[in-house]
This record gives sequence, structure tokens and C-alpha cells, in this order.
Amino acid sequence: MSPILRKLSHDVPAMVGLAIVVAVVFIAVFGPWLAPFPQDAAASHLARRLKPPTELYPFGTDNLGRDIFSRVILGARGVLQVALTVVFVAMAIGVPLGLVAGYRGGWLSEVIMRVTDAVLAIPQLVLALALAQLLTPSLESAMLALSLTYWPFFTRIVYAETRRLTSSLFVDALRGIGANGGRILFLHILPNVISPVIVRATIGLGFTILVAAVLGFLGMGATPPAPDWGLTIAESRTYLPGAWWYATFPGLAILLTVMGFNLLGDGLRDLVDPRLRRSR
Amino acid sequence: MTGEAPILTLHAVSVALGGRRRLFGRSVPPVRAVNDVSLAIDAGEILALVGESGCGKTTLGRTILGLQREASGDIRLDGTAVGGLPPAKARKARNAIQYVHQDAAAALDPWWSIGRTLREGLLIHGVSDAAERRRLVEAMLAAVGLDAAAGRRYPHELSGGQLRRVALARILLLRPRLLILDEPTSGLDMSVQATVLQLLLDLRDRLGLTYLFISHDLSVVERLSDRVAIMYLGRIVETAPTRTVFARPAHPYTRSLLAAAPRLDRSNRAERATLTGDPPTHARLPAGCAFYGRCPVSMERCASVPPALRPVTPGHEVACHLAEPDIPPLALRTGMAAAAVPR
Amino acid sequence: MIPILSVRDLKVSIKGDEGIAAILDNVGLTIETGRILGVVGESGCGKSTLIRAIMGILPRAARIEAGAITFEGENLLVFSETELNQRIRGSRIGFIPQDPLLALNPVFKVGTQLLEIMRDHAPDNGLRGAARKRSHVARLVGLLRRMQVPDPDAALERYPHQFSGGQRQRLLIAAALACSPSLVIADEPTTALDVTTQNQILLLLRELVAEFNLSMLFVTHDFGVVAELCDDLCVIYAGQSVEAGPVDAVLGSPAHPYTRALLACHPERASSFRGIPGSVPSPLAAPPGCRFAPRCADVLAECVKQAPPAGHAPSGAVVRCVHYA
Repeated sequence: MSPILRKLSHDVPAMVGLAIVVAVVFIAVFGPWLAPFPQDAAASHLARRLKPPTELYPFGTDNLGRDIFSRVILGARGVLQVALTVVFVAMAIGVPLGLVAGYRGGWLSEVIMRVTDAVLAIPQLVLALALAQLLTPSLESAMLALSLTYWPFFTRIVYAETRRLTSSLFVDALRGIGANGGRILFLHILPNVISPVIVRATIGLGFTILVAAVLGFLGMGATPPAPDWGLTIAESRTYLPGAWWYATFPGLAILLTVMGFNLLGDGLRDLVDPRLRRSR
Repeated sequence: MTGEAPILTLHAVSVALGGRRRLFGRSVPPVRAVNDVSLAIDAGEILALVGESGCGKTTLGRTILGLQREASGDIRLDGTAVGGLPPAKARKARNAIQYVHQDAAAALDPWWSIGRTLREGLLIHGVSDAAERRRLVEAMLAAVGLDAAAGRRYPHELSGGQLRRVALARILLLRPRLLILDEPTSGLDMSVQATVLQLLLDLRDRLGLTYLFISHDLSVVERLSDRVAIMYLGRIVETAPTRTVFARPAHPYTRSLLAAAPRLDRSNRAERATLTGDPPTHARLPAGCAFYGRCPVSMERCASVPPALRPVTPGHEVACHLAEPDIPPLALRTGMAAAAVPR
Repeated sequence: MIPILSVRDLKVSIKGDEGIAAILDNVGLTIETGRILGVVGESGCGKSTLIRAIMGILPRAARIEAGAITFEGENLLVFSETELNQRIRGSRIGFIPQDPLLALNPVFKVGTQLLEIMRDHAPDNGLRGAARKRSHVARLVGLLRRMQVPDPDAALERYPHQFSGGQRQRLLIAAALACSPSLVIADEPTTALDVTTQNQILLLLRELVAEFNLSMLFVTHDFGVVAELCDDLCVIYAGQSVEAGPVDAVLGSPAHPYTRALLACHPERASSFRGIPGSVPSPLAAPPGCRFAPRCADVLAECVKQAPPAGHAPSGAVVRCVHYA
């Protein structure tokens, strides 16, 4: 076993996080085969509406008589798709901007970083809501809104790391032997900033799931009858507190998934040390 | 070593560091880290640049290399002017000069294996054939006393002594003629230091190298170098053949430095004078001699008139108003004559 | 004379990810009252573990396998953590660290930090509250003046970064002396300093040892510094003490093959820079017997079988080598 995995395996919270993430990914991929009532993504059975948890419906049923257990399982795929897309788009915007700003310096760097600061100054959720409001409510516009609010986090990290590395001795040595800017930036600085970016991305996945759920809850994300977790909680409001199971289980799903990504991200943060690398 | 043409000459080189005008807040005036330095390095010699931290020896090294642009003065490599250029052009013109970092571990990219790092230098310098690069790297690893397996290792897997060898190999692959060695043995254990020093001597003989050896360790300087230049606060205060500096130091600062250096020989410990106080900073330089204020023998004149570097005997130059040519009167005249010859 | 500190046959191992490392193996040293003992060894020889063992601050994973540490007639190894804190550390044993910048917290004033140490460990002379603090301030200012810190009253109100490296080291020497210890342990306190500053600090330490009736354990890797400062010398190789005796005896006629090889590497002594062939063994897989045996030029068959007993060299030094047993 490589030392990185060995060290990770000693980190109990990180392993719990990893287990949750693996489970969520598994459920997302094989959801339709795992769910006892895969047709409940869309179908309705008014005869059995708002039943408390039983052996047949472990999480109870909703206002349209759909099995909440099945819907939580079926919702995982959408949640992951949103989170991965958002974080990927945010990285694609944020990382190059951070690299350029950190390496070039001067007015270009000033412009990029001031815009970054301005975006960071607005609370994430408020900005996402405002952007989502401007677009037609759909999953795609929610994803776009979230991406446009999350990229500055990557820019900040990459900028700080690039600044540090640019003034580091090994970059100085590379300049000394005549290496050009592109070589230094893409072959030397980029691999060195990748680890903190991965850590941030992992934590960002959890965060995005949470904000996506809020957007869904406020009706700016997924549209009915999609088995979206945030949307489900929004629908459950009218039936509270009687139908407690209606909001509880999708809520727990969000909580567990977000926690899983955060625990894994924190564990990875301790591991992004190149000194752990071995040649054999 | 003398008699050959100098490979590098500096004439009245000054370097200003830092200092920038800011949109908001106070402007920071630049600091004269190197002040009016003239120096010649002969081909094949080992010139030691000695001074305490902050004296400007590293800045001078970076200026010679071209990474730091000089504010004024003339730099000639093999007689050709290579000064006054922006960094990228300066580096190109001074390809024959290379720099070996003091902290060998930090000068290597932690994510790159040693072999890949070494081959990179060759790639940058136009060795396009991969097999040829591999062959050259292996030969160089052997030349600095490392086995070929070291090429597959990562920097954190090597010891301090091995890293110094890697740093040397990386630079030597570029076929420099003048190496600037920044404290090449600092932080090494004594037994490892010895082997690194031996390697430096061997490589000089084998590859015909010239060293500018930046150091504060006088016992190493005494053993390794042919000539010594002592720096204090950006100025060179004394240059002479190593033997002369250690036997007959002329500048009061050189004397204090030699007196302060710890030595194994305990016989003459009592008679040595110590220097008091800390060196002043570059930002608040005295008007006259930089050493005024700490100098045990300073005079009124030293406070206002900066002493120029002038020869006391051929090859021995001192920047001190008090530097008396400590040689018999007859020889003094030849010394004076040497002083009159323009450089 | 009774030694103020004696360490006998100390064995310390540290359990890590890759197994149990025998860091110290049969280390012994004595410091006579009023003398300065230099402990010399190359990196990884166990110098810092030795200091930690004496001060009782070994990491959790470390275990003292055998040996005794006797300080002023008491065995330190039987003391509990609280007893060590109340009676020994900081009060009877002072400590001067290697890097003064790391030892001082950058966000607090120097005075606040030094007085905090004194509050816990300095003798109170029957005073309490404000009067006690005033007496501490007075003592501290007196000490700083003695350390040649310019304007000691104002110095207490300044922050660590406002001092030069040499001045910071003076502050920490004052801190080590503030609680009137009888033994001071110094861990390479001049490594980061320039030669002229180092020389000033070494001279100061010599004067202080005489003035405050101190004894000192001075850890270094530099024989030159030992020659300048110390009375006695103890050489450690890979966790084993190999040679100990008066500085003049050991430096004048080194007996142990390691001491001889190491001194031959010193630029002042070296005829050619050959170094010592081989490398220091890993404490994870240390050879049995003399740990220098694999690199020793005069190795005998019995060297690798068991640790050599202590013998006496003609110079008077105690040597652990079969050639002197």
C-alpha cells in the first residue's frame, strides 16, 4: 500500500468521509437498480399518500404516495451531477486566472484579484440566488449560478500558492538555468498547486450540494417531479410537523453527503504534502 | 593562478534593492545593497567572498549572474561588456556563469525526480536527443559521486550531502566556466562537508572551472580559496591572496572577523579582541567609512570621508584610512608604483 | 567533587511508523559543578533526544529503556511531570534554544513573555502580587543590562522582531537565567548567528557561568565553538557516547577512531578532504556492538559483537573502544 493511502487509513474521520462518498457515488451510479420503486421518480399513488415509515416504505411516503426511500436513492445522481459540474466549471475558470495573476503580477493581476475579492465579498448564497433569479428557473441555470459564485475560491488559493512558488528558491533556480515562463508555470508551478486545489474542490463539492439543495428548496433549481432532495424538503413544508419523515430523510441525506465530502476534504488537506511521495 | 586574463571584471558596480513608489502609503526608498564594487576573477582561481549576513555578498552574486540588475557600473565577461541588460538578456549573455544555491533542497522542484530535473536543464539548453540527455545525466551523476539510481529518487529522499551533489550536477551539465557557489557547505556535517569540498577541488581541476565562493566560514575559506575579498555593508574592504589575509589582515574589520572565528587551536585565545555591537543596516549607512562606529581604531576623518580601496602591496588592497603598507620603505615605493598603474 | 549532572548508560527508543528506533544507546556524560561540557555530534546522533531526556520532555512515543539521569543527587527519571515542572524545569535547569525567533511568540511583547516564565518558576522571596511582579521586573531589567541589551527598560515593551538575532539570543539567555538555575542547557544557540555575534555570545556565556555559579551543557556540532567555550567535551556518534574528557585532551590527542576521523575532516586539521567513508547507520537497524564499526578503519572482529566497555586513553579521556579497554 502506498504511504499516502496508509496515512489516510489512519485518519478515522477521513475514512468515514471516504466511505460516505464512495457509498453516495455507488448509489448515484446504480440508483435505478437499487431503489425498490424506481418508477416512483415520476409516478403517483394517491391511495398510499403520507404513510409513516413501514417495512415496505422504510422512509415513509410523500404527498403523492411515492416511496421516499426510493426517491432519496434516485436523487443522489442529480445531486452529484450538479456538484461535479459546478466544481469543474468553477475550477476551469478559477485556476487559470489564479495562475496568471500570481505569476504575471502587475495591472493584470490587480484587475483579476480585485474582481475576485468583489465576488468573494458578496455572500455566496445571496449571489447564487440573485443570478438564478435572473435566469429561467431550471437545473442548468442553478448550476451556472453556482459556478459563477464558486470560482473565486480557486482563484484565491491558486494565486496565493503561485505567488509563494514564484518567489521560491526552486523557481529562482529554474530562471537561473534559463527556463522560460511557460515551462516554469505549467510544468513546475501547476503540479505544485494541484493538491490544494483538489482539497478545495472536495470541500466545494459538499458546499455545492448544500447550496444546490437550498436553491431547489426555494424553487430555483430542479423542477418537479424530479426526486431532488432540496425540492422534496420544500414540498414537505405543508405537511409538517405531522409527516415528520417527509423532510427528515432527504435532510439526513443532504447532511450525510455534505459531511462526507467535508471529512474527506479535511483528511486530504493533511495529505497534500509532496514529502510523502516515494519513488518506489 | 595569477597572470592569466580575468574571466570576469566588475568595475564600480552598485546595486539598489527594493524601493518602490506606491499609490497609497509611503514610498520606500531603495537600499544600496552593493556599493561601488570593483573586482576581477582570474580564470581557474577560487575567489572567496566573505562577509556577515546582510553584507550584500549574495546580492553581488545574483548581480554577477544577471538575476539582479545593477544600478551602475561595468561588468565584463572575457573582456566583453555584459552589463546594463534586462534580466533575460543578461542571463543569455552570461551563460558561462552559473549559480549553485545554498539551500540545495529548496532549489529543486519537490514533485520532480532528480533525473528529470537534471535532464530539464539540458533540454532548455538545446540537447534535443532524449538518449543523449540520459547519457549525459548518468555521466554527470557519476562525476559528482552519485550512482545512477539517484536519478529515480525525489529530493526529499536524499541526504544533505547528496543534494549538494545533485545541485552541482545540475549546474555542471550546463557547462559553465565560472561557478558562483553560495555557502556550498553550510548546514552540512563536518564529515560530509569535507567530501563536498574535495569534490569541488576535483571538479575545478578536471573541468577547468573558476569559483566565486561565497562564505562566512573562515576555516573553509582559508583551506579552499586562492584569494579572498572581504565585504562589509555592500563594500569590499579588503582583497588579497588567502595567505596574506590570514597572516597580515590590514582592515580593522578583517582583523575582528578573524579574531571572532572559532578555532580549534586554543593557544592564543586570550589576546584576541572582540567586536561590539551589531552592524548598522543598509538603510542608515554612515556618511564615511561603513565600519565607523564599530571600528576600534577609527579617527575623525573616518566619519565623513569614505576610504577608497587601494593597494598596500601588489595584490593586497584595503579600504581604510589607516592601512599602512606594513613592508620595508624600499618595497613601499614599488607598492606605491603598483598603485599608480591604472587598472 | 560531586557532578551536578550525570547521565549513565541511557537508552532511549522511539516508536514510529517504520518500527522502533534505538535513538540513544549507552549514552553517558557528567558535568562537574562550575564547568561547561560540550556535547558534539553530527546530525541525527541523538543530541536533541538527549536534551529532551534530561529535561523530561521526550515525545510520547519515546521510551527510556535503561539508565539513570542524576541531577544534584536526585534521579530525574523517577519524577512525575508535575514535580519536574515545579522543581526542575525552568527553575533549576534553564534552557537556551537554538532559534530565538522560533522560541519567542511574535505577537506578544518580550517583557510579557519573559515575566510569564518568571511567574511560574522564579523564587518569590516571600513577596506576592504586585510586589512580586515588581521584583521580577527589576531582576529582569538587571539581567538584560548584564546581557548588554541596550535600554533594557524599553526592551521589555518591544516585540521579538524588533531585535537583531544576537539581541534575541541575549533575551533568551536572560530568560534562562531569570529563575536562578544551577544548570543551563544550551542547544546550538549560536548556529544561526554571524561569527562576530557568535563570538560575543560565547564570551558572554563564559562570563555568566563564572558570575552566576552555573554549570552548562552546550550542544553543538562545531568543534571550533567547543574549543572557544567549553572545559570538557563529550563526543556522540549514532546514539553512543564514544569519547569524553577535558577539551585540551580530546582535541589535542583524540583517541577514538571516530573522534580522530571527524577532527581530520575539520578544515583546520585536514590534510586532504577525505571525509569518513560510509554513512551513519539508521537507528531503525543499528548494528549491534560499536555503531561506528562499519566505518572504522581499525575495526576488530569483536567490535560488531558487543558494545565496547569504557576505557581510558593516555590523554585521560574516557573512550568506548576495544582498543582502549
